[in-house]
Amino acid sequence: MLTKKAPEIPSSEITPKWLYLNRRKFLAGALGVSVGALAGRTMRELAWPSQRVWAGTKLNVAAKSPLSTTEQVTPYDAVTHYNNFYEFGTDKADPAKNATHFRTSPWSVKVSGLVDKPRTFTLDELQSLAPLEERIYRHRCVEAWSIVVPWIGYSFNVLLKEVSPQPKAKFVAFESYYDTGQMPLGSRAGIELPYVEGLRLDEAMHPLALLCFGMFGETLPNQDGAPVRMVLPWKYGFKSIKSLVKIKLVEKQPPTTWNMSNSSEYGFYSNVNPHVDHPRWSQAKERRLGEFLRRPTLMFNGYDQVASLYAGMDLKKYY
Amino acid sequence: MFALCLVPLGRLTWQALHHDLTPNPIEYITHQTGDWTLIFIVTTLAVTPARKILRLPELIRFRRMVGLFAFFYGLLHFSTWIGLDKFFDWSEMLADVRKRPFITAGFTGFVLMIPLALTSTAGWIRRLGGKRWLALHRLIYATAIAGVVHYYWLVKSDVRKPLFYGTLVALLFALRVGIWLVARRSKQSGSALESNLTTAETA
Repeated sequence: MLTKKAPEIPSSEITPKWLYLNRRKFLAGALGVSVGALAGRTMRELAWPSQRVWAGTKLNVAAKSPLSTTEQVTPYDAVTHYNNFYEFGTDKADPAKNATHFRTSPWSVKVSGLVDKPRTFTLDELQSLAPLEERIYRHRCVEAWSIVVPWIGYSFNVLLKEVSPQPKAKFVAFESYYDTGQMPLGSRAGIELPYVEGLRLDEAMHPLALLCFGMFGETLPNQDGAPVRMVLPWKYGFKSIKSLVKIKLVEKQPPTTWNMSNSSEYGFYSNVNPHVDHPRWSQAKERRLGEFLRRPTLMFNGYDQVASLYAGMDLKKYY
Repeated sequence: MFALCLVPLGRLTWQALHHDLTPNPIEYITHQTGDWTLIFIVTTLAVTPARKILRLPELIRFRRMVGLFAFFYGLLHFSTWIGLDKFFDWSEMLADVRKRPFITAGFTGFVLMIPLALTSTAGWIRRLGGKRWLALHRLIYATAIAGVVHYYWLVKSDVRKPLFYGTLVALLFALRVGIWLVARRSKQSGSALESNLTTAETA
């Protein structure tokens, strides 16, 4: 049998007494650091959940649209964790956290007003009105940031033709879903809810105006306006209403939420326009998420094909 | 205490190293440093009332440090705007300071902190003399107001946070007025001791 003598501890490895006595201080310090790290970690997870809490359903995309940009698509995580959706909180990180349990099924959209065939569509009916296309659009927020998103949907004019607008119809009014039970933070948003938006009928008829059901190959995440929203790439983002429940064709220009909240800052048209500043900041440039330097903002966000809609209009007056 | 004041910066650095600064890092850094500037301004304003109400005169030794940290985070906030947000586009920044009231307010608040930071040393207190030094350092009141206004004018619709800071600042101002009124009354009633204490410590 082999026995081994315990190795002798070299004196260099013996903890000096002063250090030994300091261990309490060290432990206290270590505790402080770990509590701090833990708090930081919790804050971090609140700010940026590490997992995708929401899983979308794949959508059948029939075609890639020629209206798509070839610019680099913004990462999914940015598009889903940097949202303005005040019904779920006013911080950009709020909607991803608070919209997780938002019920988007069953869902229906009521189309009424000056149309020959008013009708309430179920989501399925609405989604099958036309083949779904993927459209990669630039999306420019009024706050001077922008993203590029592969949306999925079809031109909104398909729906309009389905309900046959009457000749007296001049505008389209949109309304978002609002329910204080599911959206308790809505009361603190500082804007009147339900969210309402509007377009002139000819704007709504433009092929670029998209009725949108999904993005990145899947159904819309709740925080991005599930289950159905508008996407109007030549206008500031707030015009593209989310979680749409009502569409009404009307004769007079309908009220719109941000315009009611502050009419000097947010007009009815709100076309992207680098020459008309927001009273509090310049609109000449924008920060594309993921880029360091600001890039110049383009007239109509680069969608010049809509220019004829506004021929002869003073866009400084009709901002 | 010094280390505690560095936690917000440490957190930002940590998040930066872990690519965790939200999808819009420049905006996030700007908002974080702005928030902490206001928090430190409010804290530095709270030192004097806290000393008197809690009868803890020794708290005075933290005031300079907290005040300097307010300046430090203000400087970070301002540099973020210059270096990251505007990327040294001086003409654009000048235009912003002139044209955008919220930037004018923020800029004013920051500029007013510069002389306070510069004269924060014991040497400067001596050179200026206590009374003049105190008078100069009352500029922090203007900075606090400018900071709150800067924030209030910036937000789009949800004004809860700027109003929260505004309420704190208003409360701290009210406390000062209250303390001053109490001191004046006791002075009139001839309490020499109390009055000595207050003249030496107002601000």
